[in-house]
Amino acid sequence: MIYFLLFWEFFKVGLLAIGGGLVTVPFLFELSDKYAWFSHQELADMIAISESTPGPLGVNMATYAGFNTAGILGGVIATISLTTPSVIVIVWITRVLSRFKENPYLQSGFYAIRPAVVALILGASLQLFRLAVVDVLSAVLCAVFFVAIHFIKIHPIVYILLGMAVGIVLKL
Amino acid sequence: MKLLWQLFFSFFKVGLFTFGGGYAMIPLLQAELVEKRKWISESDLMDYFSIGQCTPGIIAVNVATFCGYKMKAKTGAVIATFGIIVPSMILIILIASVLHNFLDNPYVIHAFAGVRIVVVALIAETLISFWKKGIRDKTGIAVFLVSTGLLIGLGVSPAVIVLLAVAFGLILQKWGRR
Repeated sequence: MIYFLLFWEFFKVGLLAIGGGLVTVPFLFELSDKYAWFSHQELADMIAISESTPGPLGVNMATYAGFNTAGILGGVIATISLTTPSVIVIVWITRVLSRFKENPYLQSGFYAIRPAVVALILGASLQLFRLAVVDVLSAVLCAVFFVAIHFIKIHPIVYILLGMAVGIVLKL
Repeated sequence: MKLLWQLFFSFFKVGLFTFGGGYAMIPLLQAELVEKRKWISESDLMDYFSIGQCTPGIIAVNVATFCGYKMKAKTGAVIATFGIIVPSMILIILIASVLHNFLDNPYVIHAFAGVRIVVVALIAETLISFWKKGIRDKTGIAVFLVSTGLLIGLGVSPAVIVLLAVAFGLILQKWGRR
């Protein structure tokens, strides 16, 4: 029955956590208080691991919490339950949007949303900047990478792999 | 069938190489979906992101569902979403079960420090192209400045900022001259 409980609890997190990965954190603290699935300390470790492994933060945390609680199947179930509400809601929204595509109100809404999104990305990049650029060397590297990315259009994965190599070689 | 595989594989790649959460994913989505596959436009991506911001769930998952649905309706939505979560599931289960000391490994620590720097540079580039695409007049600049102030100055939640922007757009449509 643990699987059903996992499904239900993570489904709720997926449904209520609006705004992405870190928003799931308070919900997970609540789960930690409610069940003996993981302690606060384990949760803190989970956040650290999720933040420094690839993939969306919320997904990583659901997998970790589910796996800790009930093994591999638990990890899979928690992750799928977390994403199910998104899929349902988004599919529904897409249908509504495509029906009202030509509606001037909808278009004005999007017209105003886009500059706001640019601001949100600016905010996120400042946060990442503070985490990544910690000394002169990292600042120089960041500038060099930026110039390269701007002028040499290759797949970002190549740059990410380069970053890993540079990090290891320079012992960043 | 081929399209479904491509969808899965593209999102699998994005999931595997996204370090640092939803926003770090944008440059990868841009390269993979907009430039390479030409499945969606840059404006589509911005719209998906803004809606994903204020609907339930993880933003990355929401964006994947949007793109998948656009390509191949419900099946596409499920496949794309699956593609983006599978790498996480495999890696996290591996780390939690066998690679306990993964994060203490000096090579891992150095590699992640390097990746974080690249991610900042990649996002800066995305910021430039989104700025060109999304801000076309003085009203746009005003919305950008107010949103930035709310976000960074007052710490208002991104979802609230998106909703405020929508409200502003609707007011413009009703009473303004757009």
